[in-house]
Amino acid sequence: MKISDFELYKSLLYEKSGLVITPDKSYLLDSRLTPIAKKWNFASLEAMTLQLRAIPDNKLIKDIVEAMTTNETSFFRDTKPFQIFQETILPVLLEKRKIKKTIRIWCAACSSGQEPYSLAMILKEKEALLKGWRFEIMATDISDDILDQAKRASYTQFEVQRGLPIQYLMKYFMQIGETWQLKDEIRNMVRYSNFNLLDPMSRLGSFDIIFCRNVLIYFDEKTKGDILNRMSTQLENDGFLLLGGAETVLGITDKFQPNPEKRGLYVKTQPKTDTPSATGSGSSTSSTSSFTSGLFKRT
Amino acid sequence: MRTCLVVDDSRVVRKVARRILEDLHFNCEEAEDGQQAYEYCATAMPEVILLDWNMPVMSGIEFLEKLRQMPSGDSPRVVFCTTENDMSHIQRAMMAGANEYIMKPFDTDIIKSKFIQIGLIDEE
Repeated sequence: MKISDFELYKSLLYEKSGLVITPDKSYLLDSRLTPIAKKWNFASLEAMTLQLRAIPDNKLIKDIVEAMTTNETSFFRDTKPFQIFQETILPVLLEKRKIKKTIRIWCAACSSGQEPYSLAMILKEKEALLKGWRFEIMATDISDDILDQAKRASYTQFEVQRGLPIQYLMKYFMQIGETWQLKDEIRNMVRYSNFNLLDPMSRLGSFDIIFCRNVLIYFDEKTKGDILNRMSTQLENDGFLLLGGAETVLGITDKFQPNPEKRGLYVKTQPKTDTPSATGSGSSTSSTSSFTSGLFKRT
Repeated sequence: MRTCLVVDDSRVVRKVARRILEDLHFNCEEAEDGQQAYEYCATAMPEVILLDWNMPVMSGIEFLEKLRQMPSGDSPRVVFCTTENDMSHIQRAMMAGANEYIMKPFDTDIIKSKFIQIGLIDEE
């Protein structure tokens, strides 16, 4: 790809989705955009680029952005975050929300749905314990195509073998020809919506838990910081944020603090209060107050 | 080092499985059918058994049913690894005491993911 063409796509993608494409990834532009050029009946990728330069068609741009996003995912991806969800987060929130009995979860950049459905299956398994509770799982992604796939919830043999325990496959899936269809009892527990992480988040409402895993890695520092800052306003003060294993808030935002013992788990930094603690010695500083909830032992 | 017994009548499958299992730090032993596997287990119980379904002499399911009757036969983790990919086979295998089930074709990711699920290896 020509340098000037590369620059065109680079700025287009950054502006529309925050995605950062570095020159060493220019081969990705060729391999992923050639099918888009074909779909739009251009003779070649170059022809599409020319057209795009002259008339930036929004529908075409949307297709380009979708083609460049990465959709790698699997059921119970990385295992640990789902353990943290079950063993650490849920017990705390079940106590803290016992009056409201509602917990809202946001899976940001949910791809083909494996992450929200994994959470839904965990909750289904705990059905007896969670009687009377309402769980809302909101899953969003920038790509309509991938959201359609997520809603369909029909997976290949390969997909249902990565991370999904066989008991869950037996319980929650139906075999239809070559594919495995997730049952409605799980499917209906997740609500999908198209959402660009660069857009204002207030319409999504506030959440108790946000899963935002393996998506920030595609953004530059400034965009990461901006997304995390805005997410912090959507997260309840005693809520939880989960990031991917290779992601961190350090040096990016001071709105969140990592849990030193659970990799990937973050809580909101509590605002410093001006009034000094009246209880004197033995009390922790206000900035670490969220760690004294009993969840993290700091002795 | 923990031992994984690979039971499959295909030499190619055994070879591929061996490579993956050795990468996961298992000592790998091989058996060509259920009977050979049964004889192996009578002398030493492996930690894990990767088990094909359709084999001459003795099938995988027949072996599994026999294994679970043997003294200490409940200790090995048994992971079926077969082209049989319908729900009724899966259910039958699990009823017979299998711990996990892989539908062929498989790759490193799938074996790793299944071994993590049943607690044989840790996520790194």
